Amino acid sequence: MIQEQTVKLIIEGAGCSSCVGKIEGALNSISGVTAAEMNFAERSVSVEGSAPIDDLIKAVESVGYNAISTEGVSEDDLMDEKEAADFAYYKRLIREMTIALTLGVPLMAYSLIVGEMTVTTTTERIVWLIIGLLTAGVMYFSGKHFYIGAWKSFWNHSANMDTLIALGTGTAWIYSMVVVFFPAAVPDMARHVYFEATAMIIGLIDLGLALELKARGRTSQAIKRLIGLQAKTARVIRDDKEIDIPIENVLLNDHVRVRPGEKIPVDGIVIDGHTAIDESMLTGEPMPVEKKTSDEVVAGTLNKTGSVVFKATRVGKDTALAQIINMVKRAQNSKPPIGRLADIISAYFVPVVMIIAVVSALVWLNFGPEPAVAFAIVSATTVLIIACPCALGLATPMSVMVGVGKAAEAGVLIRNGEALQTASKITAMVLDKTGTITLGAPKVTSIHLVHAKEKDRVLELAASLEAGSEHPLAMSIVESAQEQGLSLSSVKNFKAIAGHGVEGVVEGKELLFGNEKLMRDHSVNVNGAVDVAQQMAAEANTPMYFAVDGVLAAIIAVSDPIKEDSIEAIKRLQKNGIKVVMLTGDNRATAKAVANKVGITEFFAEVLPEDKSDKVAELQMQGEVVGMTGDGINDAPALALANVGFAIGTGTDVAIESADITLMRGSLHGLADAIAVSKATLRNIKQNLFGAFIYNVAGVPFAAGVLYPFFGLLLSPVIAGAAMAFSSVTVVTNANRLRLFKAKEH
Amino acid sequence: MLIINILGALLILGIVWWFWLYKPTGASENSSDMLVTVKNGIYEPARLRIPAGEATSIKFLREEASPCAGTVVFSDLEISEELPLNKQKTIHLPALTPGTYSFTCQMQMYRGELIVDDKP
Ligand SMILES: [Cu+2]
Repeated sequence: MIQEQTVKLIIEGAGCSSCVGKIEGALNSISGVTAAEMNFAERSVSVEGSAPIDDLIKAVESVGYNAISTEGVSEDDLMDEKEAADFAYYKRLIREMTIALTLGVPLMAYSLIVGEMTVTTTTERIVWLIIGLLTAGVMYFSGKHFYIGAWKSFWNHSANMDTLIALGTGTAWIYSMVVVFFPAAVPDMARHVYFEATAMIIGLIDLGLALELKARGRTSQAIKRLIGLQAKTARVIRDDKEIDIPIENVLLNDHVRVRPGEKIPVDGIVIDGHTAIDESMLTGEPMPVEKKTSDEVVAGTLNKTGSVVFKATRVGKDTALAQIINMVKRAQNSKPPIGRLADIISAYFVPVVMIIAVVSALVWLNFGPEPAVAFAIVSATTVLIIACPCALGLATPMSVMVGVGKAAEAGVLIRNGEALQTASKITAMVLDKTGTITLGAPKVTSIHLVHAKEKDRVLELAASLEAGSEHPLAMSIVESAQEQGLSLSSVKNFKAIAGHGVEGVVEGKELLFGNEKLMRDHSVNVNGAVDVAQQMAAEANTPMYFAVDGVLAAIIAVSDPIKEDSIEAIKRLQKNGIKVVMLTGDNRATAKAVANKVGITEFFAEVLPEDKSDKVAELQMQGEVVGMTGDGINDAPALALANVGFAIGTGTDVAIESADITLMRGSLHGLADAIAVSKATLRNIKQNLFGAFIYNVAGVPFAAGVLYPFFGLLLSPVIAGAAMAFSSVTVVTNANRLRLFKAKEH
Repeated sequence: MLIINILGALLILGIVWWFWLYKPTGASENSSDMLVTVKNGIYEPARLRIPAGEATSIKFLREEASPCAGTVVFSDLEISEELPLNKQKTIHLPALTPGTYSFTCQMQMYRGELIVDDKP
């Protein structure tokens, strides 16, 4: 399909204004382009016409520049467009419903008050013929889409909701017209018309669709909120001038200025100025975060106090916020295993229902009381109408959509439906100590001298040795030395021994720094210092042994403070009946002290990084559904093995993709929130499935007339139409109830 | 009466054959820009053929306002995308192993198949 449209391209590499003519010329020479105009300040070009985008990009490349399409970049516009389209469709449905019910309601009132709608006299025949034609008009104006859809999908060898509605209302109408034209062909008692059923069913289903559309709009609010976080424009510094441009046009490495009170438009690194930034919309963390040169800033967060200039490091679809939006969207539409059954059922449902309708009609014809033909028609029509599996198909996705969105609002990113479902079943939660329960930013708390004379000298040497290490404990030593204003020397023969410590040569001295085992392995005499170390450990410090030339020089105590709310969050998990287990590479005594403090009874200490996943496996062998929470790359195997892996991290530096669930803020409350949301969502899905199944499983036999032999009851097709229309509405409305769910206040 | 019963039985057999047993043979041949139109309750074409082991993309054009048509889900591939109305949307597929992957709308009322073939 070829459409006249305006395409906007971002041009890369256009450094001078003479490029403008070249680029415009290249674009204008393509057939199908009616106008190409470049905005040099924005480095963008808008092209009108019908030429395919790929051709435009090629043309720009042919004159030596890069062109990037902005298609699909502005989520905001897409959202607005979608809303406008939905609203137009809503109005159309309401109009169609009004037409159908204007005919249907008086007809039904007549049949209820006056009774029999039979056709005997010629006058009656003429009146009913006119009404029949009016009904046909309703079918055309209000129900055309059902019939076209049914027809199309029939020839496509598939059947859907349209098929059922078209068959049901069509049967009722055709039968009624036969009665009007050839009353003699049907038995006296069966000379009954069902025009009111046809008109009412079409009207009610249109109404149901309209209400469903309304309710659906509300379910996607979380995404709308996330998209709303994006700034619309950015103030970019180009050629020493500051210009405001749409965020889609910000290029990598652009310098962007943000003033107080403005949103950060794209991800970047601060190059000038300092400020405090409120990141709560992404992380749920209420305290503003200080940012200075070389700190990262994240799109969507709010600049509070100062004015900063930062260099754009990720733009457009690559910003953390855009990725989060994308991930939430994907997760919202992925199905948890519980939804599979409904999917399988709805895939086979419609043809099955058609068969049931035929069988039901045959049974009535063979065994039913007079007028058997009328009963057969009514039951077949009713079965077809009531059986629409629409509600069944909606039951899972609607709840997942709200649940995943709800979690995102609390700073919890759920990767897919499966993670959502499994999280509700977790029985044991494994927590990595460092960075998960604790801040992960340890501090030197004391230095106990053994054979060394001077604390500063110890710190200086230890820091020099550790300067090359990435380990958080090592970094605390280096930081502490820097705070004291000590200068570091270079290290030779540096070697890190995982789980034990480091060795190296500084200023010609052989240094060893690590745990007791490291000392023993190098036959350093630690006797006499063990008591001190144990004392340190009992106070939740990690004692580290420091040896110079094979002699124990000092023990340095490092402590990683426990996060403020870890204790409370762990209590919340335990209250939910979840066994909380702590894992740490630290020594037993330190681990025990920390575990005691936070109220964990079960812990594994001195676990090497590569053994973390074994502990998870062990718990799984005991029949536990294990959640594992960690913050580092070294936790990845354990995270992957656990039934649900929770990664702790901010949106910027976490590989969102690797964990099942990502907690955007550091707090462990996110775990309890995630589990609470997943439980609430699962409960909601079950309610929906039950509701939808009841409509179909109970509705179909009832409609087929199972109750007739006992109670003389046969469902009216109009009631069936109403039930069908409102089953989807019920499901969507129930899913919306989830929006009111609040993860416990904390 | 007998005739009616026989007709009914034939109708049931017809339904079973038409919707379940019938195996469509035609599938849209692979080309660089496949376009699937979403209209009137179906995907057109509903069967697509692509080569294995190669990243591909499919364009969708939704011409129907009904909310059912608004999302296309490739559930095996964890892909789920909103389709804007009357605007082409390109969906990028990763390299796939041979097999048949279905794509549907959110309610599974619109169904299509993606046939991934080994290269000849
Ligand atoms: Cu539907």
